[in-house]
Amino acid sequence: MLVFFLIPLFVVFGISLATKQFGRPPYSALLSTEEGTVQLTLHLSNYIRLFSDNLYVAAYLSSIRIAFIATVITLLVGYPMAYAIARAPDQWRNILLMLVVLPFFTSLLLRVYALIGFMRGNGVINQFLGLFGIEPLVMMQTDFAVYVGIVYTYLPFMILPLYTTLVKLDSSLLEASADLGARPVRTFLSITLPLSLPGIIAGSMLVFIPAIGEFVIPSLLGGPDTLMIGRVLWDEFFTAANWPRAAAVAIAMLVVVVVPIMLLQRAQSAVVEK
Amino acid sequence: MRRGWFLPIAAALGFSFLYAPIISLVIFSFNESRLVTVWSGFSTKWYGELFNDPQMLGAAWLSLQIAALSATIALVLGTLAAVALVRFRRFKGRTLFSGMVSAPLVMPDVITGLSLLLLFVAMESLLGWPRGRGTLTIVIAHSTFCMAYVCVVVQSRLSDFDRSLEEAAMDLGASPLRTFFDITLPIIAPALVSGWLLGFTLSLDDLVIASFVSGPGSSTLPMVIFSKVRLGVSPDVNALATIIIGIVALGVLAATIIQLRSRPKKARA
Repeated sequence: MLVFFLIPLFVVFGISLATKQFGRPPYSALLSTEEGTVQLTLHLSNYIRLFSDNLYVAAYLSSIRIAFIATVITLLVGYPMAYAIARAPDQWRNILLMLVVLPFFTSLLLRVYALIGFMRGNGVINQFLGLFGIEPLVMMQTDFAVYVGIVYTYLPFMILPLYTTLVKLDSSLLEASADLGARPVRTFLSITLPLSLPGIIAGSMLVFIPAIGEFVIPSLLGGPDTLMIGRVLWDEFFTAANWPRAAAVAIAMLVVVVVPIMLLQRAQSAVVEK
Repeated sequence: MRRGWFLPIAAALGFSFLYAPIISLVIFSFNESRLVTVWSGFSTKWYGELFNDPQMLGAAWLSLQIAALSATIALVLGTLAAVALVRFRRFKGRTLFSGMVSAPLVMPDVITGLSLLLLFVAMESLLGWPRGRGTLTIVIAHSTFCMAYVCVVVQSRLSDFDRSLEEAAMDLGASPLRTFFDITLPIIAPALVSGWLLGFTLSLDDLVIASFVSGPGSSTLPMVIFSKVRLGVSPDVNALATIIIGIVALGVLAATIIQLRSRPKKARA
């Protein structure tokens, strides 16, 4: 029986070695046949370059900014939806939930592609606006398009954890609050919102973390000046073919992402316990 | 209880936001015109064109093979990992193990892809295997990240599993292995099915990781679509997208029905 558990353990262990060590000298040294010491200095220079070159710093900052703003918007869009689903009649809930999950299974690439058709210069939205004589809006190749893209594609990740916390909410608390004379808004702010906090954190992290490293959305929807770190890494790797630097970019990205991941795991265990 | 107008409207808007682009894409896939968004009559000619495109068909076939294989491997490994996590509450390195299992769920694709590629390259120079990159490396990469999803699905099923059934089987003299195959496996089967389907769709969908670990001559469908979309919107991608969306919708529907049917009668709300 032990063997059964050890095999996957070893497999995962091998993978973990990869994620953890690929940026360290041994791995980049393996990439070429030069001496280890040469590689070590070479490698450090990649990190120095990372900080001295404005491109990278700017890319990290704008990735974080874009991911953050997009996460907030997703939360604002997703919260009412999750709440509505949690409050919906029983027989509706599963159907609504499935409707939320369904797009998630539909290819991300294709959903982004559907958005392009929607937001293009002569896309559906602009044709619709044109019916009212409104000038076409420029939506593609802007940061706006990237926000829409992230919100659109990651909405299910926000709704599901929110739903799980909201549906477990004890309605007697809400009734008690209402009986004691609190207005709905106040009940929401002082009871519902704090109690759904783990869901908010979990959902936000599930959107924020992948959004930082997002590659497909900015490269298809964003403009040439939309800097995101996933794109920089991709270009570094595929266009510049600079593997060690790409690895350094990835390691730095990992550092940026690790703190949110830890937050996420804490929030998730809080969700599970409740 | 609050039953205002705000929630239903917000939800309705949200759902239309989710579905409007997809629906418009499906509609326009039947468009006659080459201009993707100008409607000029019903036609299925883009579907015809799609099925005469050897590059697309080849990539689609390759993607399906990879997805089926990866989902199967991921299912086996993910189930074992889930069993290990649920059954052995405490073992050395459990936190590390569960962390490693769930990390791929949130890790940005570019990091996963790059790290796997570097691992493959390192293994090649150390062990001489896997030689070069191609379908095999994509399968390995996809299996590993799908495994995490399978593990989560199976884990949730296992944790509301009645242990006494297994204990009864053991008391009646069944060996652990026999108990696993006769009792545990049938009960968690629905989770296995949906886990497999999940892995299958995820693998079919993946662009970033596949791009990193693939070699020349092994372009998966998302890679072909991506390069096409980059060059501009073309109507046959609409047709392809519609087909994929249709298949996925059916798959998810099937998985949900299987899950709902198998739920014990106690009807968990």
